Amino acid sequence: MDGVVGRTGALDLARVRADFPILSEKVRGKPFTFLDSGASAQKPRQVIQAMVTMMETAYANVHRGAYHMSERATEAYEATRGAVARFLNAGSEREIVFTKSSTEAINLVAHSFGRGVLKAGQAVVISEMEHHANLVPWQMLRDAHGIELRVACVTDTGELDMDDLAAKLADGKVGLVAVTHMSNVLGTVTPAARIARMAHEAGAKVLFDGSQAAVHRQVDVQALDADFYVFTGHKLYGPTGIGVLYAKAALLEAMPPFLGGGDMIAEVTLDRAIWAPIPAKFEAGTPPIVEAVGLHAAIDYVTAIGLPAIEAHERALVDRAMARLPHIEGVTLLGRAQDRGGVFAFALDTAHAHDVATLLDRAGIAVRSGRHCAEPLHARFGVDSTCRASFGLYTTPEEVDLLAEALTQARAFFA
Amino acid sequence: MTDLFGDLRDLYQEVILDHGRKPRNFKRLDDATLTARGDNPMCGDRMELFLKTAPDGSIADAAFQGRGCAISMASASLMTETVKGKTPGQAKQMGEHFRQLAMTGTCPDCGAEIAEDMERLTPLSGVHEFPSRVKCATLAWHTLNAALDGAKEASSE
Repeated sequence: MDGVVGRTGALDLARVRADFPILSEKVRGKPFTFLDSGASAQKPRQVIQAMVTMMETAYANVHRGAYHMSERATEAYEATRGAVARFLNAGSEREIVFTKSSTEAINLVAHSFGRGVLKAGQAVVISEMEHHANLVPWQMLRDAHGIELRVACVTDTGELDMDDLAAKLADGKVGLVAVTHMSNVLGTVTPAARIARMAHEAGAKVLFDGSQAAVHRQVDVQALDADFYVFTGHKLYGPTGIGVLYAKAALLEAMPPFLGGGDMIAEVTLDRAIWAPIPAKFEAGTPPIVEAVGLHAAIDYVTAIGLPAIEAHERALVDRAMARLPHIEGVTLLGRAQDRGGVFAFALDTAHAHDVATLLDRAGIAVRSGRHCAEPLHARFGVDSTCRASFGLYTTPEEVDLLAEALTQARAFFA
Repeated sequence: MTDLFGDLRDLYQEVILDHGRKPRNFKRLDDATLTARGDNPMCGDRMELFLKTAPDGSIADAAFQGRGCAISMASASLMTETVKGKTPGQAKQMGEHFRQLAMTGTCPDCGAEIAEDMERLTPLSGVHEFPSRVKCATLAWHTLNAALDGAKEASSE
């Protein structure tokens, strides 16, 4: 990875792309233009190789055997916890819990903090632009535990309505604010530090869904004063099957376990169990060991390039896209947030999102079509479905231009 | 720039684009005797089908309303045209054949008696090359089955 960032701080796109074997694949005879990193990112060979090497040289179950290979595997697994703690600037490795996904991390909080700490009659505030992963667990908590669920509005420009958030917090009943740090549909980056301040002033804790944001921005959970922060490995150029929950140690200490089983107990009799200390208390069963090693490699990969360089690269792509996409006749872009990342949802006046996606696929361009696990947000903007293009660190300016050209031709095709 | 999509005319034949843009029988039937809703939850395709049956049980009239992609709208439009005058049994059999056509691109078993009607549906056979789009084409026929069976909801998921 040395030297991928040039002296100017800009990333060397050709070298980055060479790290991702799949990018040299052809699709329908055309170069593969992958604009769906927001759904799941591609993997660099450094990640692939780290996982293979782990299985070939250091694999056994963790936290179990008093034999050398298990110790080697445990060391590799726990090293990832340290890497994640540094990546998020967490105060302690004890504050990092591995899950299988962002979804599971949010469900863990909804279950353990929601049922164990929040009291019936308290409220949880989410926003209108949440992924279903940060909506459905709270609906389930509401129905099972008597929690009131409040939804803060999104403005016409696709930003969180801060006045509405303040109003939703005003009566002091809110125990938790759970919002996205970056919308998976609108690309909107939310003012997390300000949201955390408002939540804390109202006596609430705050959770950020960083599934998109952690890929595009340097995240500092202490600077944000986040109580909970979740992200997932597979959107960060790592493997599927591993997600992360960061939570302040005092909160984890106060929360009951989520899943019960092996590895999360200090002592068990047939009558009772005594929980292991955090974070093991929340990691029942054999964890995603190889996936953790892959996540470590992915974190090393992006930090070697540098989040500031990745952010600058994506900002240039976003500027290029914003200079073109909204000006294509018949294209409507959802949201015009001031602070945004490389995620664009759009509709074409002459064609349905699925027809557009099928056409783009023919040109080798992969975009997502549908509602992107954010059905209420589509209802909010009065559209049935959209196409979504999302950028990664390997996306080129030429790919943005190709998308714009393809959309122009797609409109003519269906006109 | 070169034509990026020229070879897609196989999928989006003129008849499909035409029926997608201007679906036939696109209306509510106030005197419908059978209705059903069809839903493709992943895509957001939605339709409501109206059937009016004659005293002998055959389909006297068919119409639909809804929103969706060109494939699903064209398929529903062509279906309402072809099932008129058919008995429920014939309509269901056409649906079976159509599903085979959509999934494999051919329908070797299409009997002689409905060959002419199936011919009208063949422009949709190109969808078999796009597995993720097959359910767009079959939604209308799932909805037809639901209506004929007295079910209120159909899903092509």
